[in-house]
Amino acid sequence: MAAMSKIATGNGHGENSPYFDGWKAYETDPFHPIDRPDGVIQMGLAENQLCFDFIKKWLIKHPEASVSTAQGVNKFKEMALFQDYHGMPEFRRAVAKFMGKVRGDRVKFDPDRIVMSGGATGAHETLAFCLADPGEAFLVPTPYYPGFDRDLKWRTGVELVPVHCESSNNFKITRDALEAAYVKAQEANLRVKGLLITNPSNPLGTILDRDTLKNVVGFINEKNIHLIGDEIYAATVFMEPEFVSISEIIEEDDVECNRDLIHIVYSLSKDMGFPGFRVGIVYSYNDAVVSCARKMSSFGLVSSQTQHLIASMLSDDDFVDDFIAESKNLLFKRHKYFTRSLSQVGIGSLKSNAGLFIWMDLRRLLREKTFEAEMELWRVIINEVKLNVSPGSSFHCHEPGWFRVCFANMDDNTMAVALSRIRTFVLKNNEAMVPPRKLCRLSSLKLSLSRRMDDLMSPSILSPHSPLPQSPLVRARN
Amino acid sequence: MGLLSRKATCNSHGQDSSYFLGWQEYEKNPYDEVKNHRGIIQMGLAENQLSFDLLESWLAKNPDAAGFKRDGQSIFKELALFQDYHGLPAFKKALVDFMAEIRGNKVTFDPNRIVLTAGATSANETLMFCLAEQGDAFLLPTPYYPGFDRDLKWRTGVEIVPIECSSSNRFQITASALEEAYEQAQRKNLRVKGVLVTNPSNPLGTTMTRDELDLLVNFITDKEIHLISDEIYSGTVFSSPAYVSIVEVLKDRNLENTQVWERVHIVYSLSKDLGLPGFRVGAIYSNDPIVVAAATKMSSFGLVSSQTQYLLSAMLSDKKFTKEYIAKNQKRLRKRQSKLVAGLEKAGIGCLESNAGLFCWVDMRHLLSSDTFEAEMELWKRIVYDVKLNISPGSSCHCSEPGWFRVCFANMSEDTLTLAMQRLKSFVGSIASNDRSHQEMKNSRRKLRSKWVFRLSFQSFHDREQDER
Repeated sequence: MAAMSKIATGNGHGENSPYFDGWKAYETDPFHPIDRPDGVIQMGLAENQLCFDFIKKWLIKHPEASVSTAQGVNKFKEMALFQDYHGMPEFRRAVAKFMGKVRGDRVKFDPDRIVMSGGATGAHETLAFCLADPGEAFLVPTPYYPGFDRDLKWRTGVELVPVHCESSNNFKITRDALEAAYVKAQEANLRVKGLLITNPSNPLGTILDRDTLKNVVGFINEKNIHLIGDEIYAATVFMEPEFVSISEIIEEDDVECNRDLIHIVYSLSKDMGFPGFRVGIVYSYNDAVVSCARKMSSFGLVSSQTQHLIASMLSDDDFVDDFIAESKNLLFKRHKYFTRSLSQVGIGSLKSNAGLFIWMDLRRLLREKTFEAEMELWRVIINEVKLNVSPGSSFHCHEPGWFRVCFANMDDNTMAVALSRIRTFVLKNNEAMVPPRKLCRLSSLKLSLSRRMDDLMSPSILSPHSPLPQSPLVRARN
Repeated sequence: MGLLSRKATCNSHGQDSSYFLGWQEYEKNPYDEVKNHRGIIQMGLAENQLSFDLLESWLAKNPDAAGFKRDGQSIFKELALFQDYHGLPAFKKALVDFMAEIRGNKVTFDPNRIVLTAGATSANETLMFCLAEQGDAFLLPTPYYPGFDRDLKWRTGVEIVPIECSSSNRFQITASALEEAYEQAQRKNLRVKGVLVTNPSNPLGTTMTRDELDLLVNFITDKEIHLISDEIYSGTVFSSPAYVSIVEVLKDRNLENTQVWERVHIVYSLSKDLGLPGFRVGAIYSNDPIVVAAATKMSSFGLVSSQTQYLLSAMLSDKKFTKEYIAKNQKRLRKRQSKLVAGLEKAGIGCLESNAGLFCWVDMRHLLSSDTFEAEMELWKRIVYDVKLNISPGSSCHCSEPGWFRVCFANMSEDTLTLAMQRLKSFVGSIASNDRSHQEMKNSRRKLRSKWVFRLSFQSFHDREQDER
């Protein structure tokens, strides 16, 4: 009788997707320049590791930002006791200011609308709880971040209905696609409560243009459904065209919008490279949602120790301005180097100007235009080329042959190694014109696509979030 | 079509309760020794403020842990990137060792069975999502922490059915109360998935007896249901009887590695024992690997900041420090509780004999104008507005008998406590020295005034809400 809940024993956590499975290969054989030069290079993890030196310099100059140093300890008790779910005012002010600066100060954010959450993961789940009842649905353009299946659906009982986007128009979100998805939901007897867009897009690395944004806002207003704008990659826009946020669109004169429908999800995990600090934000223009989300934030408040650090850091205007510029610069350079090197061996990707990854086009390398062929190719890339990349099918992409490849989570040397491996593989492929049978044999190096329960029990199994064995914090167990 | 979800528009977040209302009043007029000597003294907040000096001195001696460093080298980058929901191994090890130490090392815990969560708030909700469906029920002994109504029920759709406890036997759990609760659930067509107890108890401040624990084990074995033991106050046991944890009982009864062993789950936190509620450190400990696996994935929604994990792993790994902290903290709590008890006595007020927690369960039944919850609310309003002490009325803790109040003692200075006791004594004195009929007239006038003041302030606290245990 004492069984567990269906939520706990089912698959709603979404971790049986190949998105997470690739990490298993990485885990058993992780690349290290000296210890494991032939290991698998992690390119499936959208982390921003380019700016740490910059941040460290600031930390050294500001020991008071940590409440536990001699310079900061006078605030220790106050911080340690602070558990008010409104969040520290200075933290909210600093985050609001940062969000504004990331958008070129073209909009201002109200600190009183800033609500904390356990990362963007927590923010999405909270919004789903606030805006929809079990059995209701959100529309999401494909391809989309695999974690949404867990974040929006798992414990909430909310459904996701895909809005299919095609490579023929660079995966733009069209009005037709939105309408088609809406109709599909209705045919399935699902009441649509909202549309979730990720802008800049994960996995595409592109931003929504003004027309698309206006289309989207028009659509949701017409249908009277919510719009959730996940803008966690806003500061990673490293070149033209300039980022346009939902917050800007709704201020435009020719845009009619019911603000009660507009909500933004933010986080410092990508823009600043701080996924470990769990700083997620729900920003809503709807007072009732702010109030409800704030109560729910009890389930995932930001540690006051972290609030204090972030408040100190992001209140430093000079640091913030320099950081935003430096980060863009480093991302631009890395992206240019990576895409240029790839095109030199005939590998293309979707033209992108944001994000920590590219949307790589490997359709011509597919044995046939199927997702099975995509999986085969993926296994070859993992086992033979020794790169962990994420197959498009795990992002619910409608067309096979696309892969998300991260470029900001490694140093220059590792990037060079990854590129040389790709070069070698492509050249070999071109030469040999590998017949389908041979490819199949290679793919017999099987990767299990579904996890068994006992695998999950093993402490060495990665979490979907980070490369466990590589973290020195884990190796240093005692 | 409703724009928001039912969860967003209903009341199950529980914040309209008087427990939270009292804080609104406090917020408007908070006591300050220097700036607001006549303000309301906060005695509704179960915080431990007695031992910060010990923490601060440890920090001063351990600059590396404090400054994102290990062996002099910066590990800022590693910490900033560390978001593995399995948690920092060093921190989990230190945490389970700390839990064992609190239990006199009579039991040990496996770091692979602990799941880190954003506070006990998140731990409790996560366990509900793991163990129960919407519409299932958990049995909870009354009185219980008001936040459970939100944590266990709100987003999960799980129901709470009370196990009524009474002052006649010091609010201990009895076999008949358990059975009665179970039957009540069945009459309501609710499937019972488990029992949740808080041990040491909030709001009683008592530890459960071995008999009660045995009773619980028998009950959950018989009904084949889960037991969640919320042990967040386990480090605050300051006098005898010594703390007996549920795992100790299971061990003593040779129930390790049996089915019932896998149905007992512990909730822990550092908010009370270490006085660090702001850092949001909670944990679920379970011997069921499926619960551990599911809860671990769910912890994605509320991980503990790596910055915090690192600092605390260094602190809790310092065994010399933890030993000293536990002992000194308990001693200070004991002293402070005695002071409260003595002060109450001088005012002719008794309380439940307690040996743990950051509060006392105070008996003001003799001050009620009638044996009703309305009278309890009247008395409460007088204490908040006239005596200017924010204490928590028993009804907000779902107590079945009116007249009991939870009064915290560890969240203020000794001087403030003294002042609070003086105010209380004057108040009680002023009641006693009046003629009964005169008192009744005053009561009705005060009632009207209090009601009026209460109604005015009711509007404003919907704008600003607080959230504390």
